[in-house]
Amino acid sequence: MSRPVRFLVCLVVSAVFVLPLFAMVVVAFTPRELVFDGGASLWPSSFTTSNFTNLFASFPVWRWFSNAMIVATLTTALSVAVNLAAGFALAKLQFAGRTFVLVVVLSTLMVPAQAVMIPQFELVARMGLIGLFWAVILPSASTALGVFLARQFFVSVPDELLDAARLDGCGTVATLRYVVLPMAKPLIAVMVLLAFMTQWNDFLWPLITLRDPDLYTLPVALRFLQGQFDADYGGLMAMALLSCVPLLVVFVALQRFFVDGFSRSGIR
Amino acid sequence: MTIEKTALAPGQEAPGEQATTPGTAPRSRLRDNRSAYSLLAPNLLLIGLFLLVPLVWSLLMAFQAKRSFGLGEWSGLTNLSRLLSDDVFWRALLNTAIFTVATVPLSVGLGLALALLMDKALPGRGVFRTIVYLPIAVSSLVVSLVGLLLFDESIGILNGVLRDLGVGPVAWQSNGALAMLSVVVMTLWTRVGFGMLVYLAALQDVDSEVLEAATMDGAGGLDRIRHVVVPWLRPTTFFLVVINMIWSFQVFDVVYVMTNGGPGYSTTMLVTYAYDEGFGPSRNFGYGATVGLVLLVITLAITAVQLRVNRRQEA
Repeated sequence: MSRPVRFLVCLVVSAVFVLPLFAMVVVAFTPRELVFDGGASLWPSSFTTSNFTNLFASFPVWRWFSNAMIVATLTTALSVAVNLAAGFALAKLQFAGRTFVLVVVLSTLMVPAQAVMIPQFELVARMGLIGLFWAVILPSASTALGVFLARQFFVSVPDELLDAARLDGCGTVATLRYVVLPMAKPLIAVMVLLAFMTQWNDFLWPLITLRDPDLYTLPVALRFLQGQFDADYGGLMAMALLSCVPLLVVFVALQRFFVDGFSRSGIR
Repeated sequence: MTIEKTALAPGQEAPGEQATTPGTAPRSRLRDNRSAYSLLAPNLLLIGLFLLVPLVWSLLMAFQAKRSFGLGEWSGLTNLSRLLSDDVFWRALLNTAIFTVATVPLSVGLGLALALLMDKALPGRGVFRTIVYLPIAVSSLVVSLVGLLLFDESIGILNGVLRDLGVGPVAWQSNGALAMLSVVVMTLWTRVGFGMLVYLAALQDVDSEVLEAATMDGAGGLDRIRHVVVPWLRPTTFFLVVINMIWSFQVFDVVYVMTNGGPGYSTTMLVTYAYDEGFGPSRNFGYGATVGLVLLVITLAITAVQLRVNRRQEA
């Protein structure tokens, strides 16, 4: 294909891909009556911010945002800590039962949470976690993908470095702190981004465990609003737009890390 | 000879503080065991509690008549025999298979096509790539609600556009096949970008010398893609097919929000059916867990095939 042709094809493809997002933005600023009367349009005759003001007036939007932040931040912190530690041990330490542990951890990669969601829910309920954020955070923290990424990274760290640290008298903890972690910054960045994004967008498990509207994270709040707004797409799109803008900004700004993380997440 | 340091006062610890006699590289087995397991403990505890326990419990529930938190009564193969004669279950399995067959080749194929299109230098390439990636970062709920806005039969964007063109209204919500199509389209919107991203990363490693050699042999652009690039990308393609299959069999969010399994049962999927049985009005935990196990078996089967193929490739 010649370059001008490729450029045109890319233009068309991008237009198709951006259309749903464009529709969301336009409808979020379209007056309700217009959507109800003539249907949603990509070129409405007038714009308004009333969808947003109504949304904030009727629903605890700020609360949902802070819930989302709390849940995603705590999950990410816990997740990165436990997965990093496990990945390091599996990559660099000799210990009894290593192969067995590795097989167990990586085989959990094959168990879809949806397949065991019912006993998982009963377990969390019997632990008394329903109605607390911990019901969402704890089961989501250990991810086989996180352990896998960490292990892949640490396998490529030369043993000599760790041996040198040991010779200098560092115990495992000190080696981790002064030698390994400073090197692992790019890995940590990728793990943080993936964990945060996954939790920010997760729907099924929070839907099952968060029964109180005051505890909703954004996806569950959106589902709740779907019932409240029904066909009032203006209000619905206003909330949808608010809920995905922060992550989109982060995504575009840190695209390189995301690309790195996704492309390393299972190849080779 | 090394000294285990755990909780030290801040400022007290600096590497190199402990002088050791050179030449003794102490790798005491015992100490590694202890530190390894203390590093692994939190993770293993979480996996054990929140994944392995529910997994075993699932297997038990499948043989119990159990509603909600009630005591499970052993019911032998009742759940299984109900499953085998349950029309809705077979419909859900068929729908999930149709959804998988529709989404996987298109996600991977379009991902490859776009990656090849945007691999080489082009004005605005970065912007084009970013636009195709964007849906990856959009939550499935937003995707589903935007899907509703586009495909709403009476006031949706698509039927509005079609109406202006003098076509319409298309029964996106009341016709089963079209409802399935709407769910597939919204799924592709998020998956194609992922495929393209993974392919682009793999294309970074395509040996430029191999390509040049192919050019010297007079291989044209398309031939080169077919005979050099595509075989080179085979492991990547395989990975993408497997991961997309697993995702497709697990589909829940987009269906639950856009069609809720309807109209009738025409878009009911495995996970939405398990959810309805377990958390719907009947709260039949035993039967819901049984449906969940079907998803587990399918996922394990896909993974087993993947492992076998990988092993054959490495051999």
